[in-house]
Amino acid sequence: MRPQDLLVPTPAGLCCPPGGFHIDPVRPVARAIISHGHSDHARPGHGAVLATQETLELMRLRYGDAFAGNTQAIRYGEPITLDSVTVTLHPAGHVLGSAQIAVTANGLRMVASGDYKDAPDPTCAPFELVHCDVFITEATFGLPVFHHGDAAAEINKLLHSVALFPERAHLVGAYSLGKAQRVLALLRAAGYDKPIYLHGALDSITQYYAQTIPLGDLRNVRGTPKPDLAGAIALCPPSALKDLWTRRFPDPLTAFASGWMRVRARARQHGVELPLVISDHADWAGLTATIAATGASEVWVTHGAEDALVHWCDLQGLAARPLRIVGYGEEDEPDGADAPEANA
Amino acid sequence: MNRFAELLDRLAFEPSRNGKLRLMLEYFRGVPDPERGFALAALTGALSFQHAKSGLIRALISERADPVLFDLSYDFVGDLSETVALMWPAPLHAAQDDAESPTLTAVVKTLSTLGKAELPAQLARWLDHLDETGRWALLKLVTGAMRIGVSARLAKTAVAMLGDKEPDEIELLWPGLAPPYLDLFAWIEGRAGKPATGDPVPFRPVMLSHAIEETDFAALDPAQYYAEWKWDGIRVQAVAASRPNGTRVTRLYSRTGEDISASFPDLADALAFDGAIDGELLIMREGRVQSFNVLQQRLNRKTVTAKLLNEFPAHLRAYDLLVEDDKDLREQPLSLRRARLEALIARLHEPRIDLSPQISFGDWATLARARSDPASAGAGPDADAIEGVMLKRRDSAYLPGRPKGLWWKWKRDPFVVDAVLMYAQRGHGKRSSYYSDYTFGVWTAGENGDELVPVGKAYFGFTDAELLEIDRFVRRNTIERFGPVREVVHEREQGLVFEVAFEGLQRSTRHKSGLAMRFPRISRLRWDKPPRDADRLETLEAILMKIEEGGRLTSATARP
Repeated sequence: MRPQDLLVPTPAGLCCPPGGFHIDPVRPVARAIISHGHSDHARPGHGAVLATQETLELMRLRYGDAFAGNTQAIRYGEPITLDSVTVTLHPAGHVLGSAQIAVTANGLRMVASGDYKDAPDPTCAPFELVHCDVFITEATFGLPVFHHGDAAAEINKLLHSVALFPERAHLVGAYSLGKAQRVLALLRAAGYDKPIYLHGALDSITQYYAQTIPLGDLRNVRGTPKPDLAGAIALCPPSALKDLWTRRFPDPLTAFASGWMRVRARARQHGVELPLVISDHADWAGLTATIAATGASEVWVTHGAEDALVHWCDLQGLAARPLRIVGYGEEDEPDGADAPEANA
Repeated sequence: MNRFAELLDRLAFEPSRNGKLRLMLEYFRGVPDPERGFALAALTGALSFQHAKSGLIRALISERADPVLFDLSYDFVGDLSETVALMWPAPLHAAQDDAESPTLTAVVKTLSTLGKAELPAQLARWLDHLDETGRWALLKLVTGAMRIGVSARLAKTAVAMLGDKEPDEIELLWPGLAPPYLDLFAWIEGRAGKPATGDPVPFRPVMLSHAIEETDFAALDPAQYYAEWKWDGIRVQAVAASRPNGTRVTRLYSRTGEDISASFPDLADALAFDGAIDGELLIMREGRVQSFNVLQQRLNRKTVTAKLLNEFPAHLRAYDLLVEDDKDLREQPLSLRRARLEALIARLHEPRIDLSPQISFGDWATLARARSDPASAGAGPDADAIEGVMLKRRDSAYLPGRPKGLWWKWKRDPFVVDAVLMYAQRGHGKRSSYYSDYTFGVWTAGENGDELVPVGKAYFGFTDAELLEIDRFVRRNTIERFGPVREVVHEREQGLVFEVAFEGLQRSTRHKSGLAMRFPRISRLRWDKPPRDADRLETLEAILMKIEEGGRLTSATARP
């Protein structure tokens, strides 16, 4: 079987005709396997959805109980057969419940990684390397300028600023699924034990994380008197950083936790005073090391800076093609941060 | 280097002055000598070494990175030093804070002695042992393009705060100091006495005036004051002396103590006296003072060419004498300083230096007339370069800063026009949740009838309460969004009219209207006025033509 017969890029997303399903479809389909809960990959309205328990729970939190016709949860590593195809899910290290989707038929194994990172994250299972013939990768940070470094050092930068400006509220923009909870866990790991304040949009997902991961004393910004927020750390979705919402804080200082913060022009565009380079995606070194380690002889690139990564594959003698799937990367795209806050 | 790089990194993103001061203060407090001294030198632009050219940086990266990947990266990042700093392939063995990571001190000392041929290899060695931020700071330092929004004055202010000193005290010592400023820090921290100033031509902190209000006049006695024209040039302090060995040294300082002699060698060479004169730098052609528009063409030029010197001859119009020979006159009353200044200028016979004349007046009404029509009140053709009058108490000592009640400025009324808000942009820092930068336009004939053409941008002049009102208006009347910019409704019957005050007009090819305003600000919100009644471009063009003709123009004629 040829790779292009096992998985076919279509406008709805990657389709597996022999298995009768789509992976992370951007339009409603009959059967979908979902890699993780971010809204650009996990959309409502499919007939049947297969995903990890955590991903299903997160979709339920965001879209309500009727987000799909029916659902089936599978554990990491548990094989499931769909017609002539075997599917297994493996930790992607991206956010809680995130999975790479391995599709095997007639001795050909293809891995659709979804979004992934090979860096440690206290809030989700670590990335698992899966050997395969074709590796389907993202390229959100697919340029050699992206090196995410040590997230704990970035958290220290934030705590240092809190110590230096104790009268200012520190607002940290963080995506509401995954990044916000990772920042909370990292703050606790760094020994910060004061209450941390949350924007309402982070509430339900954070509570869900807190069922299994201790995140300490969390409070709502709403209802907290302004003077109590002096010197406090508050987390919010990135779009709220420029919102009227910030006016309830005394002399707010804006931070933004994102891989994009590595590039100054990006940070400045957002009016960020304290850029924190913390990313839930693999950086350039992570992408290239992972591709090499999978042993894949062919690489497909779903979304992001695909030109540079495809060029790198060419240099390594790997067959590579960009899929240019429209609709991915929007949840984490900072330029979209001005859009109405639905789910980011 | 890493600690210095962190400081630069934070300073580059910190919008507020106080925030920047706090960051620098913390750095100077926590970092030992001589490292902090070299940091102070870097921040004040006091380091001198051959800067690396961008070609060298490009060559370094091209040996280490694939050209396609470099181009794609540069395209995304947009800044050469930053691109190289981010994509530099650090060798695996070089951890971030290894022993070979260079200190700022080592970098500065090495650069000052290094031959040009050795620079690339040395730079590469340093880059190998720094992290992203360290590499970025190093490249900014060696290319001489720091641009982090910190003035030399602000850095000195932070040092002063370290020891509860006044920044002016440091300014006075500064010309005699050299990196890494061990003696300065020792004095600031109380470990040693004040460093001696070895400079024969030091800067003296300038005396500033208060803007006079209508209500202030009642309490003032005209007989106690001198009046002078307020010149629209650059306030300078011209200092000249002879060294013990007989060589001459002259210097021109800006009002903040910045040495600007190199930009005005024609005037600096003409300072054939011993002392310190406070005055205005102006451009003089054929005995006539030129307007600020003309002066501006000489400012901000990187190289001072013979042509520039010839076409824009610099001139000093003197109004105070702080030091004569080695006698400090600042404690003396202005009447005495003025008499000595008049005598000095007369003796000098230097065509580039003359006296700022006094305006004779017996009462405030007479002075008000002179202010509204300087040409008829003795200023003649120089009236173009006058932006109001100054009042100085005859018995005033020359005190640094802005002491109350001694000197007043009474500026000419600004030009005002009514313009319509067209676009609003979010501000920075504290104002990042407010639409606080406004582009406004006036009417002009277009292809399909009258249309608004943008004529300027302003982000102050309004009160905090007014900002809230405008912000609310912008949010409710947005018709289009472009990133941080919103287009706001601006039709004949619908929109917001601003009364915009400004100090002057210039032709500009950068703006569609062909005009640029000088110092525009929002002076009033005209909620009462429909946009159709706002001013037209013809009004502004008429003002500009009068300015260019050099005719007297009072604010009364600026209004249609």
